[in-house]
Amino acid sequence: MSETINGDGVAVAANGVGKTFDTRSGEVQALTGVDLRVAAGEFVSLIGPSGCGKSTLMRLLADLDSPSEGTIEVFGKTPAQARRDQDYGIAFQQAGLLPWRTVAANIGLPLELHGTDRAARAARVAELAELVGLSDFADRYPDQLSGGMQQRVAIARSLAEQPRLLLMDEPFGALDEMTRERMQAELSRIVGESGAAVVFVTHSIPEAVFLSDRVVVMSPRPGRITGVVDIGIGRDVPRDESLRETTAFFAKVTEVREALHGTPVTASGREGR
Amino acid sequence: MTADAAQVLRARRPRARSRAARVRVALLGVLGVLAVAAAWELYKALGPDDGVVVAGTRVLPRTTDLAMPHTWEMVARLLEPTTSQAGAAPLWLTVAQAALVSLAIAGVGWVVGTLVGVGLGLLMQVWRVAEHGLLPWIVLSQTVPLIAFAPVVRSWGARIEIAGWQWPPWLSVAVIASYLAFFPVAIGTLKGLQSPQHTHLELMHSYGASRWQTLRSVRLPAAVPYLLPALRLGAASAVIGTVVAEVSTGYLDGIGRQLVAFAGQASGDPAKAWAPIFGAIALGLVAAGLVGLAGVALRTYRRGEAS
Repeated sequence: MSETINGDGVAVAANGVGKTFDTRSGEVQALTGVDLRVAAGEFVSLIGPSGCGKSTLMRLLADLDSPSEGTIEVFGKTPAQARRDQDYGIAFQQAGLLPWRTVAANIGLPLELHGTDRAARAARVAELAELVGLSDFADRYPDQLSGGMQQRVAIARSLAEQPRLLLMDEPFGALDEMTRERMQAELSRIVGESGAAVVFVTHSIPEAVFLSDRVVVMSPRPGRITGVVDIGIGRDVPRDESLRETTAFFAKVTEVREALHGTPVTASGREGR
Repeated sequence: MTADAAQVLRARRPRARSRAARVRVALLGVLGVLAVAAAWELYKALGPDDGVVVAGTRVLPRTTDLAMPHTWEMVARLLEPTTSQAGAAPLWLTVAQAALVSLAIAGVGWVVGTLVGVGLGLLMQVWRVAEHGLLPWIVLSQTVPLIAFAPVVRSWGARIEIAGWQWPPWLSVAVIASYLAFFPVAIGTLKGLQSPQHTHLELMHSYGASRWQTLRSVRLPAAVPYLLPALRLGAASAVIGTVVAEVSTGYLDGIGRQLVAFAGQASGDPAKAWAPIFGAIALGLVAAGLVGLAGVALRTYRRGEAS
């Protein structure tokens, strides 16, 4: 596993992370023995069936939950500190836009909360709206936007403070296939421009292969990492429709699928636990 | 961005009633009033004079002119002088004046009730213990019969005198009105403050937002759709509270006292007793309508949830 793919340092380091939830029917082990490293600027997808703990892992990185065992570092700090320092931006499956705020006011929300002055905020919001192609819709309200556009607003919002890490929990999960593919291409471009590391939770194999430098395959009961597939499509290769039809792409899709289903595959990129 | 433009066209437009729809609503309202009047006249024409008595209990009222004056007589009576004395004001004016006095008192009661209600709602949201400790008492408070404690409030009020300022009797009425008005507001505020989506709250957490920031940016705006009906309910409660409190504290200038006084004259002037009833209805409608204006001002916060 390479420590530095796109330059300097480690964005995320998880060591022996486990998480148990107390439920009415007893303890549920959501995650166990998770070791994960994400280099700065690296795009890593977490993939697996429902209940494999991929969202839980992302929530632990975001300090929305705390691990029961093991340690997590985000840029060498505790997740709580990283959260307070706004080292990451986050996007969920639901766009989670505030319906009473315009597109611009939604994008600017984190800036507003952290006391960025009005002029700087307006400039940054305009820049972000441009980046996600929504400049003409800045004054609209979320209920006037399609699902894909709402999700783009959410992505713009997550980028507002130029985080070095993006945490995304199935951000395209609720979109139709056409929109979804277009969003993937746009996300790839946006992330490329921002240079941020990404931890991307998904249950779509083509999506994971299309976007990622590495795909981390997880398995349920208990949630754990069962394999890592290096995608090896360089960042210089444009993420567009033609990529989806290359044999290399198909090969990687097959490799991830086999890793998911537990069939033995070539050892390339496999990570022992 | 043509694809986006098409998507926007397909996306839901903000709710805005067309003029035609508004006219239809108004017509339906008028139709409803006419239907009630027609039902009244129909029963009066067809029903037996002594009403309908089942097993010694009268289940439908007498249809005599004394018990059920014609609707047009009630309306005509409004235009006639209040009393037979020379120079007496027309009945509608007397009723309207009393109704305005009551509206002002109800307004004060509503404002006080809203402040207390929102305050309690905030307290219960911010401080969980307060919710468990206060909520049962708030619910219980509404089971105390107004008539029981109205005289107590009045007699307490009569003893309050601060630096020459004497507690006026109308203030007792307003306090009692606020006692009814605060309840829906407190419950609505609490419900509303607890209503934000989990995602929104987690987002605020991820921003490291303070409680106050979360309250201001997420909880309060999210509470508006809950707060508006609560405020309207509070306005209706304040009106009822005012009328009942006027009667039970013996306050003379409002519509509550007028209801009792004119009802006492019903044997000689049956249509007159209905005038303050219409006044009270109009009072309630005006109060609810005024709160409805607040809803128009806050319409941005009532937008449909984005998915």
